[in-house]
Amino acid sequence: MITEEITRTSIYLPQLAELIKVKSIAEREKLFEFKLQDAKELGHKPGQFVEVSLLGIGEMPVSVSSSPTKKSSFELAVRNAGSVSNALHNLTEGATVGIRGPFGKGFPLESLKGKDILIVAGGIGLFPLRSLINYILDKRDEFGRFIILSGCRTPRERVFVNELGQCQKRQDVELLETVDRGDEEWTGNVGMITTLFSKVTVAPQNTFAIVVGPPVMYKFVVAECKKKGLRDEQILLSLERRMKCGVGKCGHCQINGVYVCQEGPVFTYAEILKLREAI
Amino acid sequence: MENKVIEKQNMSLLVNSLTSAEGAEVIGPRRKDGKYAFGKIADASELCLDYDTTVLPPKMYLLPPKETLITFKLEKEYKVEPVIEDKSVILFGVHPHDIKAIELLDATFSATNPDVNYLSRREKITVIGVDCLNPNPNAFCASLGTAIAETGFDLLLTDIGDRYVVTIGSSKGKELLREHAETREASQAELAQRDVERQKALANYKVSLKMPPEEIPKLLDKSWDSHVFEERSEKCLNCGSCVMVCPTCFCFDVQDDVALNLKQGERYRQWDACMLTDFALVAGGANFREDKKSRLRHRMYRKGKYLWERYGKLGCVGCGRCASACLAEIASPAETFNLLKEESK
Ligand SMILES: Cc1cc2nc3c(=O)[nH]c(=O)nc-3n(C[C@H](O)[C@H](O)[C@H](O)COP(=O)(O)OP(=O)(O)OC[C@H]3O[C@@H](n4cnc5c(N)ncnc54)[C@H](O)[C@@H]3O)c2cc1C
Ligand code: SF4
Ligand code: SF4
Ligand code: FES
Repeated sequence: MITEEITRTSIYLPQLAELIKVKSIAEREKLFEFKLQDAKELGHKPGQFVEVSLLGIGEMPVSVSSSPTKKSSFELAVRNAGSVSNALHNLTEGATVGIRGPFGKGFPLESLKGKDILIVAGGIGLFPLRSLINYILDKRDEFGRFIILSGCRTPRERVFVNELGQCQKRQDVELLETVDRGDEEWTGNVGMITTLFSKVTVAPQNTFAIVVGPPVMYKFVVAECKKKGLRDEQILLSLERRMKCGVGKCGHCQINGVYVCQEGPVFTYAEILKLREAI
Repeated sequence: MENKVIEKQNMSLLVNSLTSAEGAEVIGPRRKDGKYAFGKIADASELCLDYDTTVLPPKMYLLPPKETLITFKLEKEYKVEPVIEDKSVILFGVHPHDIKAIELLDATFSATNPDVNYLSRREKITVIGVDCLNPNPNAFCASLGTAIAETGFDLLLTDIGDRYVVTIGSSKGKELLREHAETREASQAELAQRDVERQKALANYKVSLKMPPEEIPKLLDKSWDSHVFEERSEKCLNCGSCVMVCPTCFCFDVQDDVALNLKQGERYRQWDACMLTDFALVAGGANFREDKKSRLRHRMYRKGKYLWERYGKLGCVGCGRCASACLAEIASPAETFNLLKEESK
C-alpha cells in the first residue's frame, strides 16, 4: 500500500518551505536560507538543483548552494534575472515558497574522493559550486589538493567575497581570483579566468576539474584543462538549460536526446563530446 | 487473440448502449466542416468510422491542451494541493497509428518519475480502435510499420463490408463487448477477409519511406551536418502547427494563474512546441536552438532517433497531420528522411 501511496504522489506538487534568512551578496544577487515545513531534510547532493515556486508567479530551477553537511536548512543563491527571481528578491524573512526536488545528478562525489580538486568558477557559477566547496571544506581530509580558480567581470560583481576571504586564509586551499576589468581599489589579478591556469600546476593523473560558468566560458576553460593534461573524463561541467518540469517530461531542457534535468546538469566532458549543441 | 464479429446494423446498438451507459463519455471521429474531428458522441449517427484522418489526434483526451496541476491558496496559511483531472472516456474509432502514438505517450509518462496526472487519466480510458482503410494522402504508415496495431487497444474493429471483425485486446475490452454488444465468434473466412482488407489498405498509401523504419536512427547518426535541414527550414514560419497536431508530441510549458482577489490560483501546463523560437531560451539570453535549421533538425532527430533511443519507439507514427498543417510544406518527416537517404547514397 505504501508504494501505491508513493506512486500516486503528483510530481508537480511542491513542499512548502519557509524563508528564514535573506542576505544581499552582490548588486543583483541574494542568498536565501530555507527550512522545509516539518523540518524535513532536503537530502540533496552538491550539484543538484530544486524547482523553487513563487505561487502565482511560477517556478525556476536553482542549484542548491549549501552543502548537504548542513542539514536543518538549505541555501539558494539567486540572481535577479526575470519574473520568478525578481519576486523571490522581494520576499522577506518568514515568507513561504514551494520547493520540488532535489533533481538531477550532482557532482560524482565517489569519483572525487581522494583526488585533487580543481574548481573553476565563472561569475555566478560559484552558486552551485559553493555546495561542493563547502562539502569539501567540511570533509577536507577525504580529498587531495584543493584549488579554486574564480573569475568575474568586475570586482563589484564578485560574489561570496567574505567566504572566499576565509578560504584565502586557509593553508589547505589554494585560491586564485581574477577579474576581467579592474577598478581603482582592485589590486588582484586582471584578465580572463583562463589566465589563472598558468599560475597553477596540477598532477594530471590525480586531478578532477569542476567547471561552472556562463556558456561562453566552457570551450576556453576545457582547452586549458586539457593543456594541463587532464583527460575528458576528469573534466566536469554543469550546464544550464530552460527547464519547466525538472522531472524529464516537459522536453525543454533537452540537449539532443539527453534531458539535462535527469542525466545532468553535471556532465563529464567525455559525455559532452558525444552531444551536439551542448557547449 | 480472440476475434468476434459484429454486424454493421448492430453497431449503432453498441455505440448507443455505450453513450447511454452511466459513467464514461464516448469520444469519436465526427464530421466537421468537411473534415473530421474527435468529439463527444451523443448518438451513433454522429460517429464516422470510415474517416481518413482528423485534424487533431485523440491526444487531447490524454494530455489536454491545458491542464491544472496544482491549486494554491495564498491566505495567511499557504496551501497547495495536487489536482488530478481524470474522467472515464471511451475513445471510439482510433486508427492504429494513433494507438501507437498513445503507446509512446504511455512510455514517456510512466518512465522515471511517473506522471500521475497522465496515468490516472489513462487508466480510465478505453481505446476502441478501427483499422484505417482509407488513408490520408499525406500519411506513410504502411512503410513505417504503423498501419497495423497488435497491442495498445482494448478492442479493434476492421470493416469487412457488412460487418466488423472485432479483435479483443484486453479483458476490459472483452467485458465491454459482453455487456454492450451482440457478437459471435469470427470464422476463418472472416479473419481472412480482414487480412485482405488490411492488405488492400496498405497499397493505398501515397507517401512512403524509402528505407525500413529501423534504419532511420542510423541514417540520422550521419546526417547532422546535412544541408537538407538548412534548405528545408528556410521557409519555416515558426508557427508550431506541426507540433500541435502531432499525436506523439508531448512537450509542455508550465504557467501560474492567480485569481483577481490574489488569494488563490492554479498552476497549469499547456502544450508547447520545440519549433517555436523561444523554446530553448534561458534567462541569460542564450538560446540553444536559435535558428530555424537547428529547430527543424531537433524535431526530426526527436522523431527519428532520440525517442527511439530512450523508449525503443520512433517519435513519428506517419499520420501525415504535420504535412497537412504546414503552410510552408516542409513538415513531413518522411520527406526529410527520404532526402537524407537520397543524399547519403
Ligand atoms: C540546473 C540549473 C541551475 C540553476 N541555478 C541557478 C542558481 O543557483 N542561481 C541563479 O540565480 N540562477 C540559476 N539558474 C538560472 C535560473 O533558473 C534562471 O535565471 C531563471 O529560470 C530565471 O527565471 P525568472 O522567472 O526569474 O526569469 P524569466 O522571467 O523566466 O526570464 C528571464 C529572461 O529570460 C527571457 N525569457 C524567459 N522566458 C521567455 C519567453 N517565454 N519569451 C521570451 N523571453 C523569455 C527574457 O529575456 C527574460 O527577461 C539555474 C538554471 C538551471 C537550469
Ligand atoms: S515546419 Fe511548418 S508547421 Fe512546423 S513550425 Fe515550420 S512552418 Fe509551422
Ligand atoms: S511527425 Fe507528423 S507524421 Fe509523424 S506522427 Fe507527428 S504529425 Fe504524424
Ligand atoms: S526540465 Fe522538463 S524535461 Fe527536463
